[in-house]
Amino acid sequence: MRIVDRRLNPGGKSFSNRQRFLRRVRDTVARAVREASRERAIEDLENEQEITVPIDGAREPVFRHTAGERRDFVLPGNRDYIEGDLIDRPTGENGGGGTEPGKGGGQEDAFRFVLTREEFLSIFLDDLELPDFAKRGLVDTQKLGSRRAGYTMSGTPANLSLGRTMQRSLARRIAMGRPRNQLVERLEQESAGSSDKDVAERLAEELRSVRARRLRIPFLDPVDLRYRRFERFPKPVAQAVMFCLMDVSGSMTEHMKDLAKRFFMLLHVFLTRRYQRVEIVFIRHTDEAQEVDEETFFRSTETGGTTVSSALIEMDRIITNRYDPVSWNIYGAQASDGDNMMSDNDRTRALLQEKILPRCQYFAYLEVANSNEASPISYFGGSSLWNAYAPLSASTRNFQMRRVSRRDHIYPVFRELFQRREGANAETAT
Amino acid sequence: MSGDLLFEGKDWSFDTLQNIHDAVDVVARQELGLDTFPNQIEVITAEQMLDAYASTGMPLLYRHWSFGKRFAQYEGVYRAGLQGLAYEIVINANPCIAYVMEENSATMQALVIAHAAFGHNHFFKNNYQFRQWTDAAGILDYLSYAKNYIAACEERHGEAEVERLLDAAHALSAQGVDRYPRKRPISLLEEERRDRERRAENERLYNDLWRTVPRGGDAPRRVIDHQRALLQLPQENILYFLEKAAPKLQPWQREVLRIVRLVAQYFYPQQQTKVMNEGCATYCHYRIMTRLHETGRISDGSFLEFLQSHTNAIRQPTAHDPSYSGVNPYALGFDMMCDIARIVRDPTEEDRQWFPEIAGTGDEMATLREVWANYRDDSFIAQFLSPHLMRKWRLFHIVDEEGAPKLKVESIHNERGYSDLRRSLASDYEVGRNTPDIQVADVDLAGSRRLVLHHRVFAGKLLEIVDAALVLRHLTTLWGYDVVLEEIDATTNEVLKAHMASPEP
Repeated sequence: MRIVDRRLNPGGKSFSNRQRFLRRVRDTVARAVREASRERAIEDLENEQEITVPIDGAREPVFRHTAGERRDFVLPGNRDYIEGDLIDRPTGENGGGGTEPGKGGGQEDAFRFVLTREEFLSIFLDDLELPDFAKRGLVDTQKLGSRRAGYTMSGTPANLSLGRTMQRSLARRIAMGRPRNQLVERLEQESAGSSDKDVAERLAEELRSVRARRLRIPFLDPVDLRYRRFERFPKPVAQAVMFCLMDVSGSMTEHMKDLAKRFFMLLHVFLTRRYQRVEIVFIRHTDEAQEVDEETFFRSTETGGTTVSSALIEMDRIITNRYDPVSWNIYGAQASDGDNMMSDNDRTRALLQEKILPRCQYFAYLEVANSNEASPISYFGGSSLWNAYAPLSASTRNFQMRRVSRRDHIYPVFRELFQRREGANAETAT
Repeated sequence: MSGDLLFEGKDWSFDTLQNIHDAVDVVARQELGLDTFPNQIEVITAEQMLDAYASTGMPLLYRHWSFGKRFAQYEGVYRAGLQGLAYEIVINANPCIAYVMEENSATMQALVIAHAAFGHNHFFKNNYQFRQWTDAAGILDYLSYAKNYIAACEERHGEAEVERLLDAAHALSAQGVDRYPRKRPISLLEEERRDRERRAENERLYNDLWRTVPRGGDAPRRVIDHQRALLQLPQENILYFLEKAAPKLQPWQREVLRIVRLVAQYFYPQQQTKVMNEGCATYCHYRIMTRLHETGRISDGSFLEFLQSHTNAIRQPTAHDPSYSGVNPYALGFDMMCDIARIVRDPTEEDRQWFPEIAGTGDEMATLREVWANYRDDSFIAQFLSPHLMRKWRLFHIVDEEGAPKLKVESIHNERGYSDLRRSLASDYEVGRNTPDIQVADVDLAGSRRLVLHHRVFAGKLLEIVDAALVLRHLTTLWGYDVVLEEIDATTNEVLKAHMASPEP
């Protein structure tokens, strides 16, 4: 008999089979992923995801029988039947008590499996890409970082490395034989306590030479000094902030907020994928704006008038205070049903155009409508906010606007907003 | 036998495994008379167990997406905690490889070793199905060869091309096994002898009168018959037929078909002996663990732990139980083995009547070894399911006729029902009955090269139409020309239905 320990064998033998499988069911999985992302909270999208794949996506056909004219079952656990009894066909799954064991020949069910976060996101974001103008912004706002790069003999006092300096000083003192403090003290005591003149003289002489030697070999010499050296290197900006702006006045229904939430979720996952760090700022407004947490943002409803400009002012304030556009990529998404005070429209547009857009990578306006509204294409006239924004979307590259009324429009709209642009130097999909 | 405990508590070490193996070995050989391949026990992690599961239990197999699918499925179920992992996987090879998981407790390791490394191992080595169809000594080398060969094909011809081929071959793999040993090619010496005899016979029968009988125009017919004979038609092993006769396949594609076919053939005996194989292993582990406990080699606590796993494994819910999902092969197998042992040792009058050859012969292990060697599930049940066990299981037989308003209880566990129950249950395990009987019937060699398949239909069991269409499409990619599948009633020879497929251009 032989015992073999295989535990240290490289695991993941199934990895490449799994990759093949995912590639094969990519379309189905992509659909399932989209479906799943509708139902879940923002943070949940970051976790591992269970996905149900209909078997058609990975069907392995074989010849099999249909049930035929006559089916025979031999079953255990007869209670009280006797030969020749006629019994009703079982209804429902468990109703008749499993007199339907011969399930063979039927369809296989869809099955569930767990996608890793990486797999999930890569399918989720399949061919989404930052719009190219945002990419250019990314390159432009590269800043220099600095990192440690050994020691140097010159530098500013702030960078003096005390430990390294003292180390060198000690080495030098030992090497050059600098008399130690104790020696001087001992000689002083001995010469003071000595009665013999010759001895006292010899001691005094020795003390002098020791003191002179100590002076010649200083405790700390300029050659000992070492400074920490820093090197500058270009550091890509890897942080982003996402502003979620929403109108929460009474006219915003739960359905509208739900649409908005789904859009923000997509945006968030998309950004976390692109940046190391993504912060979210939730701003809700009626006729005045306020920064709130996610819960409040999506759950509570206020009443009152609607002044959209207040939200933009608040956003501008927060950018100025906390998110320097030089080191942050700023994204904004605004969801609203489009109602605004007529008198506010011009101000809103001006704010957006002059203050917000120049500091943003990208700003999307999402107009949400009730689900009973007919297709958004047949929507004429436009809301007051829509009309106010419309000229901007034509003239400004980093501003887009869309109108959605149904959940399943969110994903296509999002893709439209963020899809790879023609000519973007994206890696070619294979 | 010494009374020292083999282990205490749950922990085990490699020495423990060795000691367990040695102790089990003594019981297995001396008391049960088992005859096994040498063992190789491999310790693996849970993740590796999932891997092994996904590739149909084999330690190495070529790559294909369907194994990834299976892995995803098992993993999902396992993670959801719906189902624990199997404690063991055992491979029919020489040496016989048994996997044990590092998470198992010492008791479980003992159970696995008794069950897999001795029970299954003995069965693999001795059952006639395995002896006839599997080459235990060569299987790992062959799989390793297959894996490398297919990887090389992927490199040379592209993954997509190989995947298409494997998909097609997998779809037909159930029709890629030989159910009966193929006729071996005869030796030259034999051929010469036969030829001599034939000529002698011709001379003896020669009568000039036959020369005057007019010869009809059957010459072309004879040419065709000759061609059919060369193609070995009709042929039930479709993959074999394609490998030898498909006109458009490249040599490497034929080799891939052959690999799929041989792997399917290797697993074929396992399909036919599930009840017996598990019954044998479960009976052996039960005897061995009990003996280890009696001789003080394992503690009471450990024995209780064993009993719990054992009873879980052989649990059989009744048909009225919501958790019923068919007959549990462990339960049926184990109960039948115990029942045979009882009949041999301590038969009732009824047993003597039903099993005159084995009742009261006294050596249950000799009888069981005999049974394990010479039966497969259907013949085993048809031969050894006793009235006593049918009563214990309270078996009943239900018939569901199409169009009948109600289900009918055909027979129950009483004097009149025994034979019917036994026959019906046995027929559930006939592989031939559960796999559609499809043969290559003809090829139009003179014209379109159209391939004609016949499906012999029993009891109105036609082919499931969507799947049949998909498989046929795979078949056309292999054959390269049109394919027709006719479903023919087995009793009336009437064509019930025909499916057609053409290769994609």
